[in-house]
Amino acid sequence: MATIAASDKAAIVRPASPYVDDVIRAFMIATAFWGIAAFLAGVYIAFELAYPSLNIPPWFNWARLRPLHTSAGIFAFGGSALLGTSFYVVQRTCRARLFGGEALGWFIFWGYQLFIVLAASGYLLGITKSKEYAEPEWYTDLWLTLVWVLYLVAFMGTIMKRREPHIYVANWFYLSFIITIAMLHIVNNIALPISWFGAKSYVAYAGVQDAMIEWWYGHNAVGFFLTAGFLGMMYYFVPKRAERPIYSYRLSVVHFWALIFLYIWAGPHHLHYTALPDWAQTLGMIFSVMLWMPSWGGMINGLMTLSGAWDKLRTDPVLRFMITSVGFYGMSTFEGPVMSIRPVNALSHYTDWTIGHVHSGVLGWVAFIVFGALYHLVPILWGRRQLYSMKLVAWHYWIGTMGIVLYITSMWVSGIMQGLMWRAYDNLGFLQYSFVESVVAMHPFYVIRALGGVLFLTGGLVMAYNLVRTMRGDTAAEAAAAPPAMATVPGE
Amino acid sequence: MRFRHETIEKNVILLAVLSLIVVSIGGLVQIIPLFTIESTIEKVQGVRAYSPLELLGRDIYVREGCYLCHSQQIRPFRDEVERYGHYSLAAESMYDHPFQWGSKRNGPDLARVGGKYSDAWHVAHLKDPRSVVPETIMPPYAFLAESELDYADIAERMRTLRAVGVPYSDEMIKNAAADLEVQVDPNGDTKGLLARYPKAVVASFTGDPKRITEMDALVAYLQMLGTLVNFNDYTAKDLQQ
Repeated sequence: MATIAASDKAAIVRPASPYVDDVIRAFMIATAFWGIAAFLAGVYIAFELAYPSLNIPPWFNWARLRPLHTSAGIFAFGGSALLGTSFYVVQRTCRARLFGGEALGWFIFWGYQLFIVLAASGYLLGITKSKEYAEPEWYTDLWLTLVWVLYLVAFMGTIMKRREPHIYVANWFYLSFIITIAMLHIVNNIALPISWFGAKSYVAYAGVQDAMIEWWYGHNAVGFFLTAGFLGMMYYFVPKRAERPIYSYRLSVVHFWALIFLYIWAGPHHLHYTALPDWAQTLGMIFSVMLWMPSWGGMINGLMTLSGAWDKLRTDPVLRFMITSVGFYGMSTFEGPVMSIRPVNALSHYTDWTIGHVHSGVLGWVAFIVFGALYHLVPILWGRRQLYSMKLVAWHYWIGTMGIVLYITSMWVSGIMQGLMWRAYDNLGFLQYSFVESVVAMHPFYVIRALGGVLFLTGGLVMAYNLVRTMRGDTAAEAAAAPPAMATVPGE
Repeated sequence: MRFRHETIEKNVILLAVLSLIVVSIGGLVQIIPLFTIESTIEKVQGVRAYSPLELLGRDIYVREGCYLCHSQQIRPFRDEVERYGHYSLAAESMYDHPFQWGSKRNGPDLARVGGKYSDAWHVAHLKDPRSVVPETIMPPYAFLAESELDYADIAERMRTLRAVGVPYSDEMIKNAAADLEVQVDPNGDTKGLLARYPKAVVASFTGDPKRITEMDALVAYLQMLGTLVNFNDYTAKDLQQ
């Protein structure tokens, strides 16, 4: 670790950045933009569930917007953040310019943005394969495959020409994320188009096999896109921001291999009590429970990196974002294994509890670590001494956190209530509630959830304002008076 | 020679290859046997490929994202079986490319909705859900009744499905358009249709036999869901995987 830290310091003294940074700047802007788009879509569909008259058929009906929201959140917001930060991290920790240079970097940027636009516009028009988180049709899938392979080439190529003997741990996570997503994407999306000039295709697999392959993909989109990739982010930005080395090198080795080995088995917990054979369900449950350990290995490594520097949480709201995100990571990776236990899943499956669980992960962990990385990187990449306003970062932190709390608590209550109402019997042995009675009971919680979303969106807008002012080189009165929370050097 | 993790940390090819091996194992163990173990799909009679009209109805179901709020997978619990019917079998979705089991119930399960409501109820409910169920939060789908069903490529669709394993015969593909048209015409000659697709529901779903709309196709699909297997013919032991 010490060698890495030293090498980064060495990079600072160079007059101009020797790295491909324009592409990273573009990815940072795309991240903030798509983040707000995803939060906005989420807020809208949350209100549609509370007030169905908001549905505008056919394009803005709930079920056409829902994949737009999930794809915007995972692939557009999360993906832009992952690609951008991975290019930043791999160049710095390898002390090497991006393989393929500006040209390949820009192709990957625009290629990825085109993928997002093709996917999103398709959903509104009703072009979908209907496989969750893999909805884009065959031509969009093919395009993404090309972009992704080039991304792997650029990333691995940069590591190959590194001027550091060791490959830094963040890069292991980024690399396993890129490789595994390629494998999942290709296998899950094999489909036969009905013609070369039409959008429609039929997926190669059917029924129970298709279900297994879909959730092998779906759960590992969580495991590798939303976890391994973001752990890569954590392993670079938390030590950087805290100015402390990683807590335990040995732990990072053990939890890396354990995490990537175990995650891939967890898919069948999405199919408990279905027509998937029991042996597969049992495997899925056992591995999901085991997965708790390497997940917490990552959390401990992230949190303990702050040992001796905990006071920074009081003064640096950017670090607060990062550490809170690691806390949420720990919480949702505990909740997940609990929900994968079959009797618990019998209650939670098909309910809002799952939705709440996912959002504690994506809002608390994924979005918060991205916010931290954006606040850390934008001043550096734009050559500003500091952010426009640290006060606004603190505001964003609290507004966002309140939003998450409203979101996940309302979904816990509504999810568990839903599950209990469906299985409730009266004294005479009849089902106590009709389905629609459970729908009515959800209403107040759908309103609370939507308000939580509004708060989270508001926080995102505060961030966008802060970042734009930072890019323009402005400094708020408050920040100008006080010493910067952390000096950042242009071209770092 | 003693193994040191450092070796992997200094060789990106080794790191990449080992990662790929490590992440491949779980998937191989869980997926391959589902294709090779014969008992995975229960041996039951009655499951057939979708009739041309049902198939297009299903494609509309996919297009509109119905699976995002409605599961098609009944779990073997007392309350689910009482509410929705017999628990779902793997065999019942063996021709579903892709599967529509769903993962969330904003609305009720639809695996056995076929025959539970009248055609007129479905049409009214899809056009304006709150006119039938005041408390529902379902979006309206009135536009389906306005859209003519485009079935120019129905044979193409069936040929594609045959290529991925659905048993459509040449005869089925040859008669596709005619079968589709006769399924919305209760006065037509439906003998061929019903021989090829037993239990297909023949009706003028929207009440206007002159026009075949997307609504007709969707309701035809909904009305056959979960009706193909006769569960009186089987005991629980027969259905073991």
